[in-house]
Amino acid sequence: MAETVNITVNGTQHSKEVEGRTLLVHFLRDTLGLTGTHVGCDTSSCGACTVHINGKAVKSCSMLAAQADGKSITTIEGMANGDELHPLQESFREKHGLQCGFCTPGMIMTAADLLNHNPNPSETDIREALEGNICRCTGYHNIVEAIKDAAEKMAVPA
Amino acid sequence: MLPNTVDYYRASSVSDALNVLKANPDAKILAGGHSLIPAMKLRLNSPSMVIDIANLSDLNYIKEEGGNIRIGAMTTHGQIAHSSLLAEKLPLFTETADVIGDVQVRNMGTIGGSIAHADPSADWPAALLAADASIVVTNGDETRSIPATDFFVGFFSTALEEGEIITEIQVPVPATGTKMTYQKFMQPASRFAIVGCAAMAKVENGVVADVKVAFTGVSDGPFRDGNVEAAISGKTTTAENIASAAAQAASDVNLNADHYADEDYRQHLARVYAKRALSAVCG
Amino acid sequence: MSNKYIGQSVKRVEDKRFITGEGRYTDDIVLPRMVHAYILRSPYAHARIKSIDTSEALAMKGVVAIYTGKDFENINGVPCGWQVNFKDGTTMREPKHPLLVLDKVKHAGDGVAMVVAETKEIAADAAEAINVKYEVLKAVTNPKEALAPGAPLVHDEYPDNIAFDWQIGNDKAEVDAAMDSAHHITKLDFTNNRVVPNAMEPRSYIGDYDTAYDRYTLYTSTQNPHLIRLLMCAFVLGIPEHKVRVVGPDVGGGFGSKIYHYTEEALVTWAAKQLRRPIKWTSDRSEAFLTDAHGRDHVSTAEMGFDKDGHIVGLRIKTYANLGAYLSTFASAVPTYLHGTLLQGVYTTPKIHLDMTCVFTHTTAVDAYRGAGRPEATYLLERLMDVSAHEMGIDPAELRFKNFIPPFDGVNQAGYQTQVALQYDSGNYHAVLERGLEMLGYADFKEKQAEARKNGKLLGVGFSTYIEACGIAPSAVVGSLGARAGLFESAQVRVQPTGKVNVYTGSHSHGQGHETSFAQVVADKLGIPLADVEIIHGDSDAVAFGMGTYGSRSLAVGGSAIVKSIEKVLEKGAKIAAHKLECSTDDLDFADGKWTVKGTDKSIGFGDVALTAYVPHVYPANLEPGLDFSSFYDPANFTYPFGCHIAVVEVDAETGKVTIKRFVAVDDVGNVINPMIVEGQIHGGLAQGIGQALLEGVIYDENGQLTTGTFMDYAMPRADDLPMFETDRKTTPCPHNPLGVKGAGEAGAIGSTPAVVNAVMNATWHLGVRDLEMPLTPQRVWRAMNHK
Repeated sequence: MAETVNITVNGTQHSKEVEGRTLLVHFLRDTLGLTGTHVGCDTSSCGACTVHINGKAVKSCSMLAAQADGKSITTIEGMANGDELHPLQESFREKHGLQCGFCTPGMIMTAADLLNHNPNPSETDIREALEGNICRCTGYHNIVEAIKDAAEKMAVPA
Repeated sequence: MLPNTVDYYRASSVSDALNVLKANPDAKILAGGHSLIPAMKLRLNSPSMVIDIANLSDLNYIKEEGGNIRIGAMTTHGQIAHSSLLAEKLPLFTETADVIGDVQVRNMGTIGGSIAHADPSADWPAALLAADASIVVTNGDETRSIPATDFFVGFFSTALEEGEIITEIQVPVPATGTKMTYQKFMQPASRFAIVGCAAMAKVENGVVADVKVAFTGVSDGPFRDGNVEAAISGKTTTAENIASAAAQAASDVNLNADHYADEDYRQHLARVYAKRALSAVCG
Repeated sequence: MSNKYIGQSVKRVEDKRFITGEGRYTDDIVLPRMVHAYILRSPYAHARIKSIDTSEALAMKGVVAIYTGKDFENINGVPCGWQVNFKDGTTMREPKHPLLVLDKVKHAGDGVAMVVAETKEIAADAAEAINVKYEVLKAVTNPKEALAPGAPLVHDEYPDNIAFDWQIGNDKAEVDAAMDSAHHITKLDFTNNRVVPNAMEPRSYIGDYDTAYDRYTLYTSTQNPHLIRLLMCAFVLGIPEHKVRVVGPDVGGGFGSKIYHYTEEALVTWAAKQLRRPIKWTSDRSEAFLTDAHGRDHVSTAEMGFDKDGHIVGLRIKTYANLGAYLSTFASAVPTYLHGTLLQGVYTTPKIHLDMTCVFTHTTAVDAYRGAGRPEATYLLERLMDVSAHEMGIDPAELRFKNFIPPFDGVNQAGYQTQVALQYDSGNYHAVLERGLEMLGYADFKEKQAEARKNGKLLGVGFSTYIEACGIAPSAVVGSLGARAGLFESAQVRVQPTGKVNVYTGSHSHGQGHETSFAQVVADKLGIPLADVEIIHGDSDAVAFGMGTYGSRSLAVGGSAIVKSIEKVLEKGAKIAAHKLECSTDDLDFADGKWTVKGTDKSIGFGDVALTAYVPHVYPANLEPGLDFSSFYDPANFTYPFGCHIAVVEVDAETGKVTIKRFVAVDDVGNVINPMIVEGQIHGGLAQGIGQALLEGVIYDENGQLTTGTFMDYAMPRADDLPMFETDRKTTPCPHNPLGVKGAGEAGAIGSTPAVVNAVMNATWHLGVRDLEMPLTPQRVWRAMNHK
């Protein structure tokens, strides 16, 4: 049975028909063509599919598209402001926080959620916040450095 | 994998959800979906319909009323983890919520959904048991309050009857001076509890009073450990007393076993974690 | 010539697309009229297919086609690329690995049918509606059990489950004699646990067929597009290679698992022509666990003998290597030429013998995984070293210093000839251990450890001084060892008229940052800005040929090929410059992007020369226009990076849980083009090596079911499992390639694993712990401590 959903993605309102079983991640990738959100597992474990719903990080593989009706979603494609990268995006590049890039969108979205409510996280805070995101390339070292660096960039000067 | 075909229904109220559930006995209530949807993706669970109750904002609250903490079933783990009311009055719950899944799961998963699923390794059941919580359920006609000890029946199994949904979790506000903790030994892949031990106790004049110790992960369902409680009740808070009480843990339950922890090791861990939890609440 | 980029931590040029979500992985590609494939897989490890009924599934709306083993009866299976012979010279056994199974499934996950449908959901639904009747047979998953009389047979035609046996080293009798003479022998039984590579991007393929041109295109998440094209065309489908384009777009990690030619690549390519529609197949993670080639899985008994002064006198090893049900592309090379040849380690061991038996079991194929054979060799040697040191009461660092091969640079001192066929290029093993001990603060650590022990804390330190053979490799050498392909690399440097440069490399980046590090080499060698260089890889229509990226070979082999082409560009450029400057090429110096007449200020820039090459109005006679050169580089030897890894762990005495407190890594990977990228490669390798030691391990149950088949059961290292790494480098250049580089991709995964296990052993030795089996789960450590 088809459902009509109204979802705002990266500021653009979409009204689309979806199957009841369509996962949000497939709606984003297949229906909207926003392929920056990735699928790395089938058990809600890896976090590659992380997006923000109403400002909070969620795993878009573990939600039906229909559940996102009326919600506002931000994906990795919506993080930069035009040509101006989000500080996390800049820091991931500067600190070499990515290699193959596949987990990176999810990492950045999770890190953004962390910095939203903890603007000055410790190394332990960062590592715990990344519990739901798997990276196979970096050993996490430079991801931690990148998030610390972004936190410093984003700190409002006193 | 991808879920089987399923009809989606967005409920507008509790009674709406219950009516649709009555008409579709094969339907499943969809709360945060973080237990149900993974199971649907692996086709371990293929309901004909999901009834989404996310819009029922009247089931999303944390408040104190009449000596009880009341938490709406649709309150997320994340909301509980960040609740200042709970941090003050029932820190066991913030501590427990904080170690459930990961941040994404906590942002979406709900306390009601988790306890309805009754995963034997989930964190909430231990906390609910130790806190003497009750689970309020309704079928539209009748509302009942089920003590946590009666609610968790066993392996993925609860006292919830067909046509009922969970609306609220109620916890008596612990007496002033009560200490509480949740200690978890994590399965490294799933991050569920191999052993989770929730404990509450009040120490009066150096003697342990009103102690509750509950486990998850250890057996096919969560349980209060009466042996440990009896062994420490009325005793002074010496390390020896705590150790000998903890050594009683998980003595007469069926022990879970998997490649991370067989029966022996799991029982041993239950005892280590009982000791750690008791040490934290009897200090 | 001054280097502006080489040696600098230049930020990666490829990152922009990845951090903005614009990476293009195979599953991101959508072609017009594309349909979707779903593979129905065997739920059993070993079973005869009695019947397959696809009628209900075929009738479902949206189903386009269903294929089964019958469709591939007369089509070859996917081949093994490396022929190893039995000790007696007979050829290894090479069973057919069919695209879909016709008669007997040989591991859980073996492909039984492929459904093609309008959507992936419909394909999955239809696969559920296929009715396969199986006769379930007994399975065997452990290599030693597979050799027992009466064990279930993986391939009925091979009545002992042996793929081949093999040996390397000194004469067995000489080694036995050396061991007999030993003052002390340390003997250990090892299991090198089977692990799953788990690149984060699951494998994904799109097959396409263009009727108008009779041409196929395969988009594939691969580490080596040309190799896939060669294997698929020549060995499997028998289609003409020049009519096939293979594209490896952005690839989300490989770690070995995407080297191999997989059945699904051939399936979608073949079916695209049948259906005249593009077909996409993307693996689920659960399928990846069942079908991506696994790594390691050795069962060994190893003995190391010492004289009374602690010098090694001999090493004797018997190993059973589990190859799984089929021979994957590199499978036969891994436990042999990539493993046995590294058993010299960094020590002067005079007598070495390895006896290897490679075995079929009802499990997923095992092939190269980050390090491939070398981690298994290092694990044996470095565990033996630390255990021996503890047994003999010698400090493990001291025991190593006593036995190290003395420093040699391969220029003034000859390379080191090992007892196991290889000749090391250059090495300074003392230096990395000295630096590691300095970073650790070994004397302080020992005090801390004593103090911690008094407080009931179990603190331990473990060492590993590894060597690996990288930059694979000289074609003549690997050919003599059974490789069915060369292992050179190609590169084309195409200078455009405006002086901008496109470089086409046969190496393939799936996270390694070639677009940056290769460009750094090109920009410096040509004296042009980095932004004027673009590195192109991964498309067989664009790149002449390529052997791809694995074995830490990209820079050493692929980078050297680029340097060769650059030399040709500069040689021709000099002729053009000399003509323009009216002098002889001998009178010219090339530096900073221009040719200058020696002793004058007369010069011409690289851009002007490029333009002249394409607008050859004033031009040397008998010189072709254009500035575009290709090269093939075949290295003279492997490269031999080495290093010292030191782990400091704390063991929870009550639970057995191991926490890594510090990890020190000093690696010598030769010259370095981009230190930031090298460090990142080391970090990633460390995480995988530590993962194998503490967390990761495949478990099959008695029926051959994969118990650890999802991320919920198979523990991947996560951020909170790992510490910040303390890394440093030493530099002993490779003497035989033009960049002096050795390769850094695998080092971390090779050195780290034994360091961690040694550290746990060191922390618990006083409790009588001697035997520790990876992964060191808390339960295992607790049992070892309590002798349960």
